[in-house]
Amino acid sequence: MFRLLSRSSLPQASTLAPKVDVLYDFILWISLISFVAVIGALIYFVFRYRRRTESDKTPYITGHSVAENAVAVGLLAVVMAIFAWGWIGYKEIIQSPAEALEIQILGRQWLWQVEYDNGRTLVNELVVPKGKPVQLIMTSADVLHSFYVPDFRLKQDLVPGAYTKLWFEATEAGEHQVFCAEYCGTAHAQMFAKVKVLEPEEYARWQAEGGQAQVAATTGGKKGAAHSVHLAVNLAEKGRQVFTQKGCMACHAVEKGKILVGPSLFGIFGKQETLADGSKVVVDENYLRESLMDPQLKLVKGFPPLMPTFRGVLTDEEVNALVAYVKSLK
Amino acid sequence: MANPDSEHIVPDHFDSAEQAFDASKMGLWLFMVTEILLFGGLFVTYIVYRSLYPEMFHEASGHLNKILGGVNTVVLICSSFSMAMAVNRTQFNKPRQAAWLLLFTILCGVTFMTVKYFEYTHKFHEGLLPGAHFTFEGIQHPKTPLFFSLYFMMTGLHGVHVLVGMGLIFWVWTRTLRGHFSSRYYTPVELTGIYWHLVDLIWIYLFPLLYLVG
Amino acid sequence: MAEHSHHKSYLEEGGVKSWFTTLDHKRIGIMYLFTTMFFFAVGGIFGLLVRLELLQPGPLFSPDLYNKFFTLHGAIMIFMFIIPNIPAALGNFFLPIHIGAKDVAFPRLNLASYYIFVGGATLLILSLLTGGVDTGWTFYTPYSIRTATSVVLATLGVFVMGFSGILTGLNFMTTVHKLRAPGMTFYRMPLFIWAIYATAIIQVLATPVIGITTLLLVMERVLGVGFFDPKLGGDPVLFQHFFWFYSHPAVYIMILPGMGIVSEVIPVFSRKHIFGYKAIAYSSLAIAFISFIVWGHHMFVSSQSPLANFLFSILTMFVAVPTAIKIFNWTATLYKGSIQLKTPMLYALAFIFLFTIGGLTGLFLAALSVDVHLHDTYFVVAHFHYVMMGGTVMGLLAGLHYWWPKMFGKMYPETLGKISWAFNFVGFNVTFLPQFWLGSDGMPRRYHDYLPQYAHWNLVSTVGSWLIGAGMLLMFGYFIASLFKKEKAADNPWGGKTLEWQISSPPPVHNFEKTPVITEGPYEYGQP
Repeated sequence: MFRLLSRSSLPQASTLAPKVDVLYDFILWISLISFVAVIGALIYFVFRYRRRTESDKTPYITGHSVAENAVAVGLLAVVMAIFAWGWIGYKEIIQSPAEALEIQILGRQWLWQVEYDNGRTLVNELVVPKGKPVQLIMTSADVLHSFYVPDFRLKQDLVPGAYTKLWFEATEAGEHQVFCAEYCGTAHAQMFAKVKVLEPEEYARWQAEGGQAQVAATTGGKKGAAHSVHLAVNLAEKGRQVFTQKGCMACHAVEKGKILVGPSLFGIFGKQETLADGSKVVVDENYLRESLMDPQLKLVKGFPPLMPTFRGVLTDEEVNALVAYVKSLK
Repeated sequence: MANPDSEHIVPDHFDSAEQAFDASKMGLWLFMVTEILLFGGLFVTYIVYRSLYPEMFHEASGHLNKILGGVNTVVLICSSFSMAMAVNRTQFNKPRQAAWLLLFTILCGVTFMTVKYFEYTHKFHEGLLPGAHFTFEGIQHPKTPLFFSLYFMMTGLHGVHVLVGMGLIFWVWTRTLRGHFSSRYYTPVELTGIYWHLVDLIWIYLFPLLYLVG
Repeated sequence: MAEHSHHKSYLEEGGVKSWFTTLDHKRIGIMYLFTTMFFFAVGGIFGLLVRLELLQPGPLFSPDLYNKFFTLHGAIMIFMFIIPNIPAALGNFFLPIHIGAKDVAFPRLNLASYYIFVGGATLLILSLLTGGVDTGWTFYTPYSIRTATSVVLATLGVFVMGFSGILTGLNFMTTVHKLRAPGMTFYRMPLFIWAIYATAIIQVLATPVIGITTLLLVMERVLGVGFFDPKLGGDPVLFQHFFWFYSHPAVYIMILPGMGIVSEVIPVFSRKHIFGYKAIAYSSLAIAFISFIVWGHHMFVSSQSPLANFLFSILTMFVAVPTAIKIFNWTATLYKGSIQLKTPMLYALAFIFLFTIGGLTGLFLAALSVDVHLHDTYFVVAHFHYVMMGGTVMGLLAGLHYWWPKMFGKMYPETLGKISWAFNFVGFNVTFLPQFWLGSDGMPRRYHDYLPQYAHWNLVSTVGSWLIGAGMLLMFGYFIASLFKKEKAADNPWGGKTLEWQISSPPPVHNFEKTPVITEGPYEYGQP
């Protein structure tokens, strides 16, 4: 009951959030007052006019149209005010500032793919600068999804075959949870992402570094090679991070015998698997890599063809790390 | 030739034959409203996609056979007329004439369905099929399959209604031959007539919307 | 009236077999009642399973199984329980009696509607046996086109049941127009009949649209017609428009009959004339009308145009007015009454309490900017359970207790009734009030698992669902047991003025010995 008078416990992390909350509070107070008035009267009447004898006399009252009309008109005024306020707030939600930073979002069962103008792609992670308007241009590869950031009080459906937009300006640095809010099948409840809000300078540094790392990783250039010594030490550890970041954990468990959408990866390396067409395959590095790029090619028997391709999403480095991580699951 | 049976037709929860007739008629009109709303969903789909891709509708419509469509329109209008006459003849206690008119109406229905059969097989042959099964290569617009989905759904649902209507008319015909109807009791004839006019009316809309675009 | 007692009651004539071919609206009503209450229990079990999964974070069932549970909970409750229940069961039984008729206009059609309903329900049950459905009761495309589950059977089931609803609706409308007894003017009809009448209008006008929608969805899956499939050039959002064009009015199909029952129960247990008869009657029609032009408020974040959002938001606000008038008038009826808190009255009061919360929380969702945040969260789940369960189900239970002695000639046990009411009322609030907070904290709906910050209120909610389960179990138990009681219920135990209380309990086969002549309204209490 202590929650009754307070709105959500969420931080107000976008410029829009406080505005939404004020209207929420306004409606909450209107509701509480109306509720107490109606239910207060009801309870009072039930006690005050309880039946005392079987021959109680009651007055003959058939209505009072002035009172009814007054209720109707008064209420109409209040709900129109709520409507207008809601519309004003909504107009701000849909009108993005012209100079917004544009980022592409692709939703697919069951991960979020984020692509920046410079070609940099992230999975289940959206990095944005604080205090700068960001415009998301979103579409879906398969079914409906909805990009929902409670801390920003924002949500927009993703529709396959069409683009939808959502803009915001983050006001709080740190991580903010993203949910999929439109039911999309098996792992709908695991289709998470994080919005990472960085200070503007930090964001610029991140974008500069990342852009280089991306180039290095894809071309297998010298910088990548120089890193590899360091990486080899805990490649499996990095693989574990990639596994979480890229959403693999939504469908694959790493515990023994636990099956989510796809098979558990525990102890899978080196094991012989039966495929959907009855043939057998031994799980090795090549099979793992191939399954990431063309998941439907050699599907393990008993599992639906649901996994999306990670071609162009994972760098070679990340694939290597994932393979090392799967090897380590024993 | 008033049949003594027709006195028994008033069920005992009605006070009079007139009340029973009024109730039946109201019930059927309400049902007609639901039929129009059922087709309404398809008409709305049609409007949405036609407003999005007007040039595609124009081009795809050219691949329907206007002459066969026109023949069918005339056939249905004739059948509506004969149906209306059959009701009229029943009201005037002329069951023999009514029976012939009903038979003619059924034959019109048969003609309509036969023409539709030839139209459909021709479309199947050319690959002008709905949605995913569309294989025709003569039209470039990528959304063309939607037109043929609409064509088959709308004429298909209409065709089902024609068949149901023919079944009803057949039933009314056999009862007419057995002398069940007279000026005192002709509710089934009248109601079947209303239903058949609706089927006709829907086709009057379908024909220009599908065959005569542009 | 003692002179009726020598007439055979509708329950006595013929054996078990005679029930299957009966044309008696009362028997058909009873068959609907048992069928839909059975589905209520089945849907309830799925609901309890959903809450059980959400008891604490971490999986108990597999995600796919959970997704089927919530889909079946929704589909069974909506299409097989709430929509048909009050109109087809209680409406069938009392509509002809309330207007002084011997039966509905088309008794054979009435029986056909019942069998069509059972046929549709069987299809839906078959889909359950052939692997279930996992689309949610909303069948949104393109997921419903892609999923490997038994969507075709389920949607065909909905199509067939819709057909049954249409036939019942047109039967009732015709009955009200053509079969009223002499002197039974529209303004002398009980408000329950106004509500059933308004419901019938919506059933006739809205259901064909879900018919064509489900048919098109079946064609999507069978023939690949592509209207709703982006891969074939179609538009998945068009499906949502079609779906809600029916399903929003359907929400009022569900709630209006409940409101009708409350309008009956409150005057009887207050011994007062209903306050503002015409306002309540017309507000039913107003709600029926508005219900057709607000469907887009389910789609504020669907990529629908801002203009559409503007219109649907403002139109939705209008619903508040007729709804509030009803609540105001029910409360005003209590004023200076002689109020007796029997179980039916307790349920009617619970209806007002819970429905007020349901209605007010609708304001949050109708306000555009707030809905962007709350849409598809548990706030919505809580809101519609307050309306549908807090409203309709409480109304139904009020009606069931109120009319039980009339329908079966046996009284339910009052004390157990009150205990069960307390379980249901408290349990309901414990289950669904926390869900408002979960929703405003951002927990999305249809989630098989949740983040730890939501654990607290989910636990409370699940415990609440057990209270409801216990209350309902008790209620089912005493209702069934009461049928075997020897003691007969009185013809008019509550002092009701409507026509059903003027005939014996249970009613005779033909309702009235001779057609009644009506000279006054149904709520003439406290006349000087």
